[in-house]
Amino acid sequence: MLSRTADNLYWLSRYMERADCLARILDVTQRLAQLPAAYGGSTNEWRSALLTAGCAEQFKAVYGDDISEQNVITFLAFSPENPSSIRNCFEIARTNARSVRTALTMEMWETINSSWLELKRYSTKNMTREELARFMSFVKETSLRFDGAAYRTMLRNDAFWFSRVGMYVERADNTARILDVKYHVLLPDSEHIGGPLDYFQWASILRSVSALTSFHWVYRESVKPWLVADLLILNAQMPRSLTSCYQNITRYLDDIAAYYGRQGGSQRLARSTLTRLGNSRMEDIFQTGLHEYIDTFVTENNRLGSIVNEQYLL
Amino acid sequence: MSVAFDEMTNADGSIRPAYAALSRWLSNVPPDVLDYRRREAEFIFRRIGITFAVYGESDAQERLIPFDIIPRILTGTEWRRLSLGLEQRTKALNLYLKDIYSRREILKAGIVPEDLVYQNPAFRPEMNGQKVPHDLYVHIAGIDVVRVDADTFYVLEDNARTPSGVSYMLENREIMMRLFPELFAENRVAPVENYTDELLATLKSLAPGTSNSDPAVVVLTPGIYNSAYYEHSFLADKLGVELVEGRDLFVRNDIVYMRTTEGPRRVDVIYRRLDDDFIDPLTFRPDSALGVPGLMSAYNAGNVTLTNAVGTGVADDKAVYSYMPDIIRFYLGEEPLLKNVPTWRCREPDHLKYVLDHLNELVVKEVHGSGGYGMLIGPRADKAQIELFRAKLKQDPNNFIAQPTLALSTCPTFVEEGIAPRHVDLRPFVLTGADKVRIVPGGLTRVALEAGSLVVNSSQGGGTKDTWVLEEN
Repeated sequence: MLSRTADNLYWLSRYMERADCLARILDVTQRLAQLPAAYGGSTNEWRSALLTAGCAEQFKAVYGDDISEQNVITFLAFSPENPSSIRNCFEIARTNARSVRTALTMEMWETINSSWLELKRYSTKNMTREELARFMSFVKETSLRFDGAAYRTMLRNDAFWFSRVGMYVERADNTARILDVKYHVLLPDSEHIGGPLDYFQWASILRSVSALTSFHWVYRESVKPWLVADLLILNAQMPRSLTSCYQNITRYLDDIAAYYGRQGGSQRLARSTLTRLGNSRMEDIFQTGLHEYIDTFVTENNRLGSIVNEQYLL
Repeated sequence: MSVAFDEMTNADGSIRPAYAALSRWLSNVPPDVLDYRRREAEFIFRRIGITFAVYGESDAQERLIPFDIIPRILTGTEWRRLSLGLEQRTKALNLYLKDIYSRREILKAGIVPEDLVYQNPAFRPEMNGQKVPHDLYVHIAGIDVVRVDADTFYVLEDNARTPSGVSYMLENREIMMRLFPELFAENRVAPVENYTDELLATLKSLAPGTSNSDPAVVVLTPGIYNSAYYEHSFLADKLGVELVEGRDLFVRNDIVYMRTTEGPRRVDVIYRRLDDDFIDPLTFRPDSALGVPGLMSAYNAGNVTLTNAVGTGVADDKAVYSYMPDIIRFYLGEEPLLKNVPTWRCREPDHLKYVLDHLNELVVKEVHGSGGYGMLIGPRADKAQIELFRAKLKQDPNNFIAQPTLALSTCPTFVEEGIAPRHVDLRPFVLTGADKVRIVPGGLTRVALEAGSLVVNSSQGGGTKDTWVLEEN
């Protein structure tokens, strides 16, 4: 297929996944910010949301130091100045979709096109809580519909595999970032690790990736930091975990390699990352520091993105 | 202006036979049903994303062309006559272009004035003496015709560069069959769906001699910001070929390749929807980022076919148009089957004088204008507009032609106040392959939605209709 088509499909899926992740970050942040007043006051959830979304710098350029709830929501969800705002994600996804119309199924195109039309109905200023909640579930539903449409209707060929690789590379990045949100929400000094605030924060993270129920099914224990990290990093049963993402990435890259009859750098790197995840133990991860572990992962994941790009998309 | 010929209803109020079933249906169907289906059609169009862009309108970036749900009907007999004329005309266009870029017999014979060729901005000296595959230039032509009475069709314009609109012909039919299956049960409508198969066969037949047995065909688009982008992607999809942009192609040793995930792949036939000016920055506009550097050298080496050929614009402007009847006679030795609209060439002093004396009766058009822009409709113009054109005409007469205001035929159309007659034209598409000429029965009917208006262009509020050719028993 055309390299540009593969590139478009890859990024289309990444942007749809990213929109979903942003909605989840906003969700979890709002939850954290709604803590009873006794806990609140000294934490900085909205700043953490910006750091997690990786756009603190751009935010500063627009709003300066005015990190209010309203500003962060506007910036992450709607701002045209933020290249990765949900609105821009949808817009770029649609632009990409238009230029690869022929590679998309009707169902995928209709999902993207109709949600882009619907997006315009949401006013961006002074949203009420209810409106915001509705907007967020609209974003999540759109990404579910898109994913489902792709899964159910696409031919299983390189077009499908490239879009899946894009989705899982983005999802791995997002999971790592959502997990890292904890690092940025500094516990107040008076608060104990393992205390109610700590518990609430970890539970919120699980909720934001729809994994609280899964957590209880898997561990049958109360929420503990290392178990949450285990679920989101190492547990292959969990479809958002880094391990699961890399199983999928490896698989689809191998499909591409088999189809084209040639292995390359991306296949090797994906396999080595997957092996490293398989060899990791939670104790070690917490020993060296969760944040550092995640940081290294995000860098490696980005590197895979550029190798895929060089190998196929140019 | 005299009363226009209505294609459904005779002057005495009786219904012409081709419209009998439709007319019966129209008088029985409740207006709210029509309105409901019209809105449904619009909803489908918008959801599928069949939009077009109007240049210079930032807000309405993507607009729908209004679709009228009442079909326009031609009888099989009318169509057969029309299609013979279209085939004749396209043949003549191809022979003319071959001649212009080689021996120029027609100039030597004094039939077409030399400056119409040499001074023509669409003339491409790069094509002089160039052999093009199968000596064909215009592989896909859109010939605009209008009707003025029961027997007379005029050709209004030849489109020999990159005519668009065929996706609307196909989508309109698709939507009509979805919304009004009962109408198709009562009328034997000739299918148009095979257009893309015919187009693919045409394109493959045109492959250069150096290509493999199964030639690789692509559609070349300027990209998603082009007004006709939807059509480009639609056609690539139906043809089952890649939709490429200039940056997807490159030329090495005079062979064109596309960049694929598996490395370079040779391209044999390029159905390009990009104007001559932009296709190769090394030969034409150096600032074009849309084209492919070196494409012309691959083309000249005979390693790739461009459809339509480079330089076809020298055959389809409005000044050359007026010579078409002579061009047909010259190359084919036949009388033209389709008439030209009588045309005054303002470049000729006696014609100019007539035009200046009759500005309030005539339609004045720019020789290279399109889209209904830069045009004066005398009977509807005010004094100021007429004076403005008088000045323009005196300043640069070569740039204009004038024609009588034709009473374009009308068809019943669903508008706000109900069903009313509106003026229409028709653009059938003529495919010329190395093996034969193919024309699917139908075309794109454009309709001026405003009462009395003669401007059917979509950029100026025109709509479209499904066009039916009835099969006779």
